[in-house]
Formats: sequence, structure tokens, C-alpha cells
Amino acid sequence: MKLITHNMLTSKCLKGVVTGYPLAINATDIKVKEVDFNPEFISRVIPKLDWEVLWVAADSIGHSDGLPRSLENKYDENEEFLKKAHKVLLEVEVEEGHLTCPESGRQFPISKGIPNMLLNEAEVQ
Amino acid sequence: MWRRYLLWFAHEHVDFRHAEINSILSLFKIPIKFIEKPCLEKPYWIVELPSEDCAKKIASRSVLMKNCIELWSRAKSIDQLHINLRKSLQNTTSKWIFENVECAEHICPKELIDVCCSPNSSFKIEVETFCKHFSIQEKLDKIEEFTYLPLKGSVKLKNPDITLSYLEFYGVNPNNVPEQPYDLFFGKWISEGQRDLIRFHSLKKRKFIGNTSMDAQLAIVMANQAQIAPGHIVIDPFVGSGSLLIAAAHFGAYVWGSDIDYMMLHGRTRPTRVGQKVRSKEESIKNNLKQYGTESKYIDILVSDFSLPLWRDGVKFDAMITDPPYGVREPTEKIGIERNNYTLSEEHLTNHIPSKVEYGLPHIYSDLLNFAARHLEMNGRLVCWFPVIRADYQDEQLPSHPCLKLIANSEQILTKLTARRLLTYEKICDDVSSVTVDPSSGVPNFRDKYFAIGEETRRERKERRAEEIATYAAVKARLGNEVT
Ligand SMILES: C[S@@+](CC[C@H](N)C(=O)[O-])C[C@H]1O[C@@H](n2cnc3c(N)ncnc32)[C@H](O)[C@@H]1O
Repeated sequence: MKLITHNMLTSKCLKGVVTGYPLAINATDIKVKEVDFNPEFISRVIPKLDWEVLWVAADSIGHSDGLPRSLENKYDENEEFLKKAHKVLLEVEVEEGHLTCPESGRQFPISKGIPNMLLNEAEVQ
Repeated sequence: MWRRYLLWFAHEHVDFRHAEINSILSLFKIPIKFIEKPCLEKPYWIVELPSEDCAKKIASRSVLMKNCIELWSRAKSIDQLHINLRKSLQNTTSKWIFENVECAEHICPKELIDVCCSPNSSFKIEVETFCKHFSIQEKLDKIEEFTYLPLKGSVKLKNPDITLSYLEFYGVNPNNVPEQPYDLFFGKWISEGQRDLIRFHSLKKRKFIGNTSMDAQLAIVMANQAQIAPGHIVIDPFVGSGSLLIAAAHFGAYVWGSDIDYMMLHGRTRPTRVGQKVRSKEESIKNNLKQYGTESKYIDILVSDFSLPLWRDGVKFDAMITDPPYGVREPTEKIGIERNNYTLSEEHLTNHIPSKVEYGLPHIYSDLLNFAARHLEMNGRLVCWFPVIRADYQDEQLPSHPCLKLIANSEQILTKLTARRLLTYEKICDDVSSVTVDPSSGVPNFRDKYFAIGEETRRERKERRAEEIATYAAVKARLGNEVT
């Protein structure tokens, strides 16, 4: 699971959970894999993100190095910044671990990089 | 000056031709003029486009188009084609002459030919005959007929500067081939469509497939209808083996997928391929993208039940392409139980496989359209299949939503009784009110009907098989004749 995905995921599916966001990350295996850098895409995707949540998530798994805590104005002209954002968004992969719902504490396992957001029938709204 | 083009299509998925090309035209904002009204029996269109660049852009996307030719001459008989072409050499009006509307004769302005006649431009002439076979010698004889063209460059068979195309069309019915062609064309070859992608992305050579993987050609049609462009963010919420993501990533989109089937996403379902006993470790959606060189477009896949919310409010995708379960080859299920206040004890929880309830088609499509209305960017598109019983089908049954406009609706016939329709919706309004409408009230449950009519008795299946073999033989015969 990449952090760009984490930025968009919730545990709203759970009975009784209202926002279910952001999920906490517990990672037992993290890999950094090279992905082609596409500055246009990164600039385009940043406005879709909750930057604060991204920073906290990156920090919680030890990958916030050099990543600004808040967005500067003309970030799309700052190549160095875009490269950092690229790495954090697309190259850092949580291979094993779990996500935790901030309201209920329910854990969702991540195995082989794939989060399992399935519930059992008792948990469904 | 607008140029006149012959767009030649594969003679299959005819009902998708307009839908695919219209999506590509609107994606690139290319205006088009039809010089002749397209008709389904003819695998070609005669159109005018503002520039050669426009023609090339269309060809860079369309998988249903075989190739595109700048038209110089068109006639209904061989003699007339040569007469027209000779007249073109005298046509200094800078305009097309359109003689004898009845016979649809096209005589191009001289300049089109002149630019190809420089001594520095090597060239070759290619002959294509549709639905009729000619020997190499016969084809060479046909080429000899064009010696009056003032081509001054040298002939070069491999990678010439200019390829001229001569086409004879003998109809589409291999059982009734006329002596003389119905229609003839001559012009400058511009570009191939994307037919090669069909083989490149073929399921036969793909690492990871499932029993409902979409064939490569239709997946590309879907990506075109979704107007996928580089840098787009695309999701398939019934991703299965990810065949639709492959097409989307090919056109430069970054892709997400989700599916309820844990074993599928982990590449651990029973192998689909005949003769394969176990799945190899390498079988995954990600490795499929790697196989096609688009691994960097892979974002994530998630195990999740589409009937439940997953994404944060405000998450917006540029497009959704999907093939939801019809309940015939795979179950339509969601997690749930038909009991109130149900709880599970702690010890029961580990290794518990959640029970599922039926996720009927009307329900699936309501969820799909509501999701699209909420999570698509404005003007973003949802492209999805919808199964129908052919005899019962009416446009009114199609799911609808006030925020989504149905742009295209093409039928692919599956069996004598059933078909599926490829629906393309565009988001036209961002004001999703908090009340979720039931967009598919009135949508029949395909699965119930399918089993009610006891689709395909053994005899019918046998008949269909025979029919398929016959069509296949006919298609093969035709393809054989097309080779130059
Ligand atoms: C027609 S298949 C899609 C095949 C896919 N296009 C491919 O390339 O393999 C439908 C998929 O929907 C999934 N599905 C069924 N019910 C679901 C649900 N409630 N939520 C999410 N996915 C579901 C099935 O597991 C199946 O993979």
C-alpha cells in the first residue's frame, strides 16, 4: 500500500464509525521501490490530498525526511519538492502491517502490499 | 484546407464504432465532417478533418480502426477510379470535385498528389482487397495500372517516405463475392490504428488472468470511451484480474482497483488456463502491468466490498471503468446477514469467513451510479457493462442518475438470448444531494431472469458452438485475403 492510497482511505464501512479517517499505520515491512517520476502527475494529485495527513502518515513510518509539513505556494515549480512528494506518495510501500480505525480500533491487515478492508457480517452498518 | 480521409474499420463490434470514435474526437476536441453517411455494412467512413495531425491522433487511440488514408480518388469501378485520378492531375482548382453524386466520385485537388512526387521521396504502392483473394502477380498487375502518376522518387518497399494505398472493396459477405468491386479508393497512407494492441495485450500471453478477464480489444474500447488520458486517476471497483486497468494504464492513467475476492487479488484462485494446475507466484495485477511496461502506473489494489463506503469524502477520480458481476459466472454478493443485532464472539472471530447475502444487479448499479456521482470529477466518465435479456430489453431499464448523462450505449451479443451493453455516463452536475436516489429502480435483475429462462439448453449450446466455428472460418478466410 502506498501513502497516496492511505490518504484516501477510511473505515466508514464499520457500524457506528462516522469519519474513520485517517487510519493509523502499523508497518512491519516497508519497501522503497523506484517508480518513474512524473512531475505533472504529482502536481496534479497534490490538491486532491490531505497534506497534513500525508505528512503525519509518512512521519509515523519514518519517511518524512525533508518533506515540508505544510505546502508552499508554488510547489508545482519546485522540482526538488515534487521529487520528495513523489517518493513519499508512490515509492514507499507498506508491504506488511495493518491499518487501525481511529474511532473503533478495528485493525485491517495489509499483506503482500494489499490492504484487506473486508468486514465480517456483524460489523456491517 | 480540411483534408479528406478514408477511415477503415475492422468489421467487428460494429455497434461500438461510433461510440469509440466519438469519445476520441471529443477527447482531442477534433471536429469532423462526414462526406458520406456512414453505414453499418461498410467498414469505412469518408470524412474530412482539419489536419493530418488530427487523423494521426485518432489513429493513436482507436482499436476498432484499422487504418487511415488521405483520400485522392474514389469510384465505383476500376476504370472510373483511374479516370478520376487522371482528372485529379489536372484539377488546379484547389478544391475537391464531386462529380456524379450518384456514383460518389471523388476527384482531389492536384496539390495533394504533387507533394508526393518529389524526386527525393521514395514510395511504394500497396494493394488491399477486401473479401476477395488475389495472387501477388495479380496485385502487381493492378499496381502497373498506376504508371501515369508522376511519381519521381525511387520505389522502396521497406520504410518508404510515402506509401500509397489502393483498396478494392468486395463487400463483407464471403459467401457472395461479386466479380467486380463495389467500391474503390486510392490515396496516401497516413497511419495504422491500434489493432496491434489486441495481440500485444492478448489474454493468451498474459501472466495473470481470471475466468471473467475482459478481452484486450474491448478493454481498450472501454478506456477510449472513458476518455482516459495521461496522468488521469482511474478506478475499477470490481477489478478481478485487472484487465481494465491494463488498458487504462496503457493510455497513461494511474490506476486503483478493489474487489471483494481476497484470493483473486492475491493470485490464489484456481488457475483459469486450461492445463495449468497451480498459479505461479508471479501472478498478480501488478505483474501484468509490468509485463506491458506500465508498472509505474500501478497505484494499489484493495480487498473491499463495493456495497460499503471506503473512500474519504472529496476523493475524485477522473474515470471509472468496470465490469460488475452479473451473477452467472461469478456470484453477486456482499457481506451481510439477514438477522438484526447480530454479533460474533471473540473466539469465533479469528478465521471466520464472513457470510454473504445476495447483491442484486439493481442494487449494484445504484451503488455504482451513486458512487460515480459522488467520486467522479466533473465531466469524468463511468464506463460499465450491463447485462440484458435481449427480448426484454428496453432503454428505460437502464440505470440513471440526475448527475450523470448517458453518452453511449452499445450492444455486444453474448448468446441467442443474452447480451451486454457497454454504457458510458458523463458526470454533468456536481451537486449530489444528500438523498441517494435509487438510480436503478426499474432495473430488472438479470440473474433471476437468466436462470428463469433456463438459458442455453445443451442443444442450444451445441448450435452456438457450430455457429461460432462457422463465423470463425469466415473471418479467417476474409483476413487471409487482406494480406498484401
Ligand atoms: C465480471 S468480474 C470483473 C472481471 C475483471 N474485469 C477482470 O478483468 O478480471 C466481477 C468481479 O466483481 C467482484 N465482486 C463481486 N461482488 C463484489 C462486491 N460486493 N464488491 C466488490 N467486488 C465484488 C468479483 O469478485 C469479480 O472479480
